[in-house]
Amino acid sequence: MRHLLSAGDLTRDEALLILDTARELAQVGERSVKKLPTLRGRTVVNLFYEDSTRTRISFEAAAKRMSADVINFSARGSSVSKGESLKDTALTLQAMGADGVVIRHSASGAARRLAEWVDGAVVNAGDGTHEHPTQALLDAFTMRERMGRLEGLRVAVVGDIRHSRVARSNVLLLNTLGAEVTLVAPPTLLPVSVDAWPCEVSYDFDEVLPKSDVVMMLRVQAERMNASFFPSAREYSRRYGLTAERFARMADHAIVMHPGPMIRGMEISAEVADSARSTVVEQVTNGVSVRMAVLYLLLGGAIQGPGHQGETR
Amino acid sequence: MHARKHADGERPDQRRAVLEGPEIDRALTRIAHEILERTKGGDDLTLLGIRTGGVPLARRLAERIERVERRPVPCGALDITMYRDDLRLAPARALGRTEIPPEGVDGRVVVLVDDVLFSGRTVRAALDALNDLGRPRAVQLAVLVDRGHRELPIRADYVGKNLPTSLRESVSVLLEELHGRDAVLIGPAKPRPGAAEPAAAAPEGGR
Repeated sequence: MRHLLSAGDLTRDEALLILDTARELAQVGERSVKKLPTLRGRTVVNLFYEDSTRTRISFEAAAKRMSADVINFSARGSSVSKGESLKDTALTLQAMGADGVVIRHSASGAARRLAEWVDGAVVNAGDGTHEHPTQALLDAFTMRERMGRLEGLRVAVVGDIRHSRVARSNVLLLNTLGAEVTLVAPPTLLPVSVDAWPCEVSYDFDEVLPKSDVVMMLRVQAERMNASFFPSAREYSRRYGLTAERFARMADHAIVMHPGPMIRGMEISAEVADSARSTVVEQVTNGVSVRMAVLYLLLGGAIQGPGHQGETR
Repeated sequence: MHARKHADGERPDQRRAVLEGPEIDRALTRIAHEILERTKGGDDLTLLGIRTGGVPLARRLAERIERVERRPVPCGALDITMYRDDLRLAPARALGRTEIPPEGVDGRVVVLVDDVLFSGRTVRAALDALNDLGRPRAVQLAVLVDRGHRELPIRADYVGKNLPTSLRESVSVLLEELHGRDAVLIGPAKPRPGAAEPAAAAPEGGR
């Protein structure tokens, strides 16, 4: 594993190694000294072309907990706003000696392009409507911790699938790990290619709900919507929102997940979001552990690639 | 940490046993008594086995001390992977679990337990790991085998057996809990990791 670009690139063994590593690293978050010396001397650049608080802070905390140097680069107020291309920015970072680049970009495929240009490891932190592999990993980690297994787990992913990189990464990863995913959305919010995805599709939330072990709610991404995909927010909420009344019809052991940020009252009601079976806060905590695992596995050992070969100390 | 473990059964003809089960038992019993003597009855004693070989040894020492003193001795495991100084010589390794007993390590007399003492680098890493977990009153080191060739100023407080070896040899400790039988074997060394064999990410167990 040299980069983490797509959840679909991961083999079952690689994915489980990341989850197992994350479980051990989660202990560090409970200690008084929340720091490991493992990535001392490594530089991680957070290259964020899109606004993000939670993912950037999570990667920053993960890198810092392992003693890496972190450089935050956001497009706003930087050379990018002066018109610099992704490639030139990448080459600049390369020249500064970045060992790893965490990239968030509004264009699908940006991370993969970047990986062709830089020597260091590239981690996709969300590229357009394409993928968000570390989110899928932290979701899988959370499910595994809560439910004790992933094999055969029935997961419903509900909401704006069309604009969601989280949904695609989750479908690919959960399929690799043996869970059964059902996407639930109005037809207008499903991507065109959904038939090719390794999952079931349903338009009827109430039918899928009682059969699910995990219900993952997605935010309606108004900022990516260039047309009207449903008549009104109220109508959407009535058919696809996780209300208290629907929550009561879930299986007793089932959990509710949300990658955040949540719009309370839209896709999820406040009392469901705050219930003990909602894992929203755990997901944030687990995100740091999973990102530590990814950074450790990509940067912690010998780095294979031009410019790093035969590194000795 | 330079010569790696051989899987049990690999090249068996080239390895000879220098310690067998009963001798290992006797050495551990002696170490248990020495620990009690040195720590004046084992007050505030915590045993921490260094993964992987040290963990069953720490547990066995704890059982022996409990038998003598008739009270429980906290016993845990320390994974030092993230503190190794040779991480960059091999692809990232899988992590083991660090288990600290509920008493913690603050103010305790911590005895680190490992199977083989060689370069001293593992123990250096263990001391760093321990430092991040708390502040023990004292730290001591118990090893089953000391094979010499130290590269750091580190010595053991309790030694099962001093085993003079050549750098061209490797020492493997087999333990009932991990390998199905107790024995200390000497065989020809494998190449140093990072030099010729970058993929040598074998688990601990012998050096």
